[in-house]
Amino acid sequence: MEHAAAASLPLPHGSVHAAPGGAHGHGEEPTTGIPHDKMGMWVFLCSEVMFFTGLIGGYIVLRFGTPNWPHPGNTLNIWLTAGNTFLLICSSVTMVQALAAVQRGDLRKLRLFLSLTLLFGASFLSVQVVEYWKLLHEGFNPHVSLFGSVFFTTTGFHGFHVFCGVVCMSFVTGKAFLGKYTQASHQGVETIGLYWHFVDLVWIVLFTIIYLF
Amino acid sequence: MSDEITHREELAADEERRVHQQPNYMAIFWWLFGLTVVEVSYSVFTHPPKVVLMTVLVGLAVIKATMVALFFMHLRFERKSLGIIFASTLILGLILVSVGIAEQVLPRP
Repeated sequence: MEHAAAASLPLPHGSVHAAPGGAHGHGEEPTTGIPHDKMGMWVFLCSEVMFFTGLIGGYIVLRFGTPNWPHPGNTLNIWLTAGNTFLLICSSVTMVQALAAVQRGDLRKLRLFLSLTLLFGASFLSVQVVEYWKLLHEGFNPHVSLFGSVFFTTTGFHGFHVFCGVVCMSFVTGKAFLGKYTQASHQGVETIGLYWHFVDLVWIVLFTIIYLF
Repeated sequence: MSDEITHREELAADEERRVHQQPNYMAIFWWLFGLTVVEVSYSVFTHPPKVVLMTVLVGLAVIKATMVALFFMHLRFERKSLGIIFASTLILGLILVSVGIAEQVLPRP
């Protein structure tokens, strides 16, 4: 009897503890109250924090340990990258608006905002490719100096993360256009959103320490 | 079994509250945009001592990153356990970087 009562409890939209194969289709209830894929993404992001900490830490140690470190503004185009930073911030806003839209059940705006996020992400990558091309053309490459080496390593790995995000975002956007997400079932949007915001967060730190001082 | 029902009700209420707590995302966007403009302008147009420049810029970057984590990644509205997991990693990272910097800055025996 109690079992039946438990099974008939009303669940909110986007609830994390839906019945097996229900709203999120996870097949089992998470004991933490957090969906498994979301928890998995957070754990993955924690490992990513350590990865980027290694890169940023290495950059800082080399920077402090090297006398006459070149001023980034003499080599890098700060305004171009500032514009690129703006693109990434815009993509974070559209991503979070996409999640808010699907939580409201507005699937048309979900598709619109996911497409905009994809566009901003692809634009960021395109600008980074142009920046790399120009720098390489001017003779600034990974083996010309320590600064060149850490610059390309750090921004390159971040760019790779953005690229992976764009690929995953294409998949999620495609699913949105196929009508696979609903107000009650949209965990994929939230999970890719977490990754995307993390990539934005890392860029905020990288932009400051590599380009601005 | 009634405990289980209560637990489920609490989880459901928690999640419902979380889903409907949405900050003003556009306001956060304008803050992020404004702080980025301040950062770039401060770096390009002023010439303060290096230590002051670094402190101000890192401070602004930390504020921006915290805003993204709290409001866009919804850590502000999530369960505390997620925040603790994420924060503990950041603390470990901070220790790693601090040790690296200390090795460079402190005099060697």
